[in-house]
Amino acid sequence: MADFFLGHYAYWFTIILLCIGLYGILFKKNLIKKTIGLAILQISVVMYFVSVASKWDATVPVLDPNIPVDQVANYLNPLPHTLMLTAIVVGVATLGVAFTLLIAVYNRYETLDEEELIDKIQ
Amino acid sequence: MNKPFQTPIVLLGARLLSPYIMLFGWYVIIHGHYSPGGGFQGGALLAASILLIRVAGGRRVAQLQIKEFATTPLAVVGVSIYFAAGLVAVAMGGYFLDYGMLPIPGMDPAWLRYTGILIIEVGIGLAVMAILVMIYDNMVRGEDYG
Amino acid sequence: MIESHLPAYIALTFLLFSVLIPAFGIWRDELSQPLAVIGSGLAAGFSIYGFYSYLQLGSIRYFFGGWEPPIGIEFVYDGLSGFFALVINTVAFFVIIHSNKISKREFPGKEMPYYALAMLMMLGFNGMVLTGDLFNLYVFLEIASLAGYAIIAIGDRQAPYAAFRYLIIGTAGGTLYLLGVGFLYTVTGTLNIIDMSAMLPQFAGSTAVVAALILMIVGIGVKAALFPMHGWLPDSYTYASSSSTALIAPIGTKVAAYILFRIILWLFGVELTDAVVPFTYIVGVLACIGILYGSIMAIAQSEMKRMLAYSSVSQIGYIIMGLSLANPWGFAGALLHVLNHAIMKAALFMISGQIRFKEGHSSVNMFDDTYRKKYPWTMAAFTVTAISMVGLPPLAGFFSKWYLALGTIDNSNWLFLAVILISSLLNAVYFFRILEKVYMMNPDKGQKEAADAERDEFSGSMLWPTSILAFSLIVIGFANAIIVGVLLNIFPM
Repeated sequence: MADFFLGHYAYWFTIILLCIGLYGILFKKNLIKKTIGLAILQISVVMYFVSVASKWDATVPVLDPNIPVDQVANYLNPLPHTLMLTAIVVGVATLGVAFTLLIAVYNRYETLDEEELIDKIQ
Repeated sequence: MNKPFQTPIVLLGARLLSPYIMLFGWYVIIHGHYSPGGGFQGGALLAASILLIRVAGGRRVAQLQIKEFATTPLAVVGVSIYFAAGLVAVAMGGYFLDYGMLPIPGMDPAWLRYTGILIIEVGIGLAVMAILVMIYDNMVRGEDYG
Repeated sequence: MIESHLPAYIALTFLLFSVLIPAFGIWRDELSQPLAVIGSGLAAGFSIYGFYSYLQLGSIRYFFGGWEPPIGIEFVYDGLSGFFALVINTVAFFVIIHSNKISKREFPGKEMPYYALAMLMMLGFNGMVLTGDLFNLYVFLEIASLAGYAIIAIGDRQAPYAAFRYLIIGTAGGTLYLLGVGFLYTVTGTLNIIDMSAMLPQFAGSTAVVAALILMIVGIGVKAALFPMHGWLPDSYTYASSSSTALIAPIGTKVAAYILFRIILWLFGVELTDAVVPFTYIVGVLACIGILYGSIMAIAQSEMKRMLAYSSVSQIGYIIMGLSLANPWGFAGALLHVLNHAIMKAALFMISGQIRFKEGHSSVNMFDDTYRKKYPWTMAAFTVTAISMVGLPPLAGFFSKWYLALGTIDNSNWLFLAVILISSLLNAVYFFRILEKVYMMNPDKGQKEAADAERDEFSGSMLWPTSILAFSLIVIGFANAIIVGVLLNIFPM
């Protein structure tokens, strides 16, 4: 039982962050809080990939002349880090578009609270 | 962010820091193909150095550093460098973005790939910087409506 | 030489033009639309030539940067991706030609960003269709989605809020898909679709693989408007500008359906998908609920764009139901319905954009029979398209539903067959309502009003794309045996 929680603590961390992000998107009424929830959701997936890349007693994946390349257990896996670079940039672009849309919504309706917005739209 | 801050200390601090951040940003871009770094990270640092002056100084001071209409052509130039590197590789008979086929004289294919990544990282860094500054400018301009 | 580079050229044309349109558009604003037409025309030409050369030579695998597959990223141009690329590029070409006058009326002054975003969105869609790498698919999915959110927000008053809701739901879906890719990467160690499909059968019962499948289906289901996750679609399609909807509606959900085809039939395979929980049956039931829900809600609408949006929810249900049958007739019916529905929805949204251009509204209650005098060719195109949507022979819509029905009979799935038949009746209700208003004279009003209206038909750039698309349905209807013969060869088992 202890191994189920302590042995996989990286996965628990990821899933708790994902649930916090989903809670923010679903249950918060302010549009900016929904956007923050979305950002937390995206970061949790980045954390998952980075945790997959780590190994015990391994060093950064920059070639060290003392450690030969074919002993792969000594170097961290660089591929998930590369993928997550792209995923972070996608997250930044999404936040940029989201905030621009929020500014347009605020300029038209003077409020960013979802219930007031639905009343004003109707 | 349209008007500058009330105190001159903020602008003084930003003016002292901004060139060093920009230099570090170029450092990160150029080291991308050899050590941690690269186009995205360096471009974000470059954008940070420009946005520091925009936040601290207001709109009129910001026009002295990079004008607002100059960001779109910069982004187009950045993406064009990336695309041109790929197309030159196709014109030389390889696949798209196959840096081993770039026509730089006096290098064997391993060094050519090394240099090809450097070229596209510079292009990506320029594009990321221009676009982040463009997003900020758009949001500040949105404050004037309504 | 050009054949071997074709998969890259189809996507890269859009990237090239998305850089050229800002470069020339800053100088002269009216160059944006012709450049967009040239770009999508080139890509459509490459897709047609590519599909023709696929039929002669077989599939093409294109390695970017010269790196071989498990290490590098590749584009795979086989039958399924070639067919989808052909459909989306041709439809986009006609829609972009049509959007010339509407863009000047509905969003004047913003044409350069609009067409640049349209090129980026088509780059994203083509990249999604052609790629053979799972993470590359996520990157192109996000490119297409972000450009789509921005295009939808260029619209009337409620468009930014609808685009914001679509952004939140769509990005959450994409992130769940990425987590599914992460689980598969942890289990197999590779991201290439062909490589992974060889490795997956040995992990048949593993929890990580089942969880990855659920996450991918839910994540892509958001984009494909599968039943419980379709909530963004009506608002987004209604409040966007007419040419934006005509660009996104025929193409966006189809490409997400393509991803579901790849994942369920090629990457996992039907035995692995159904190994633990019968996912194909669950997805089929959700699709059926979506078909009925979309049709019933469409009957209740009084505005034409909203009615067509709910009709889109219903029609994508047919395609996903064809996927869930997982037999050759269902597969051929689903792909034929992709072709038919893309053409039909593009024609319908273009017609609603034209009516809105001249009349200022597109509310069905205010249609009257002066329309058949004022816009004869447009209403003729509408009639052909509406009859095809309902599914009467010899038009194209009948044949796709026929092959889907044959697929359900092969599986002895009588529930799905009943849903197909009932929903065709429901389609007839909301389309024939408009035909009745336009063509059948109202006995209360006198004949004078209809006789007074003069012919006010649309100009060529709006009339030709609509008419070509609508009357091509007749051609596809007569040629359906050839098309289905090609599609049956694509089926992977």
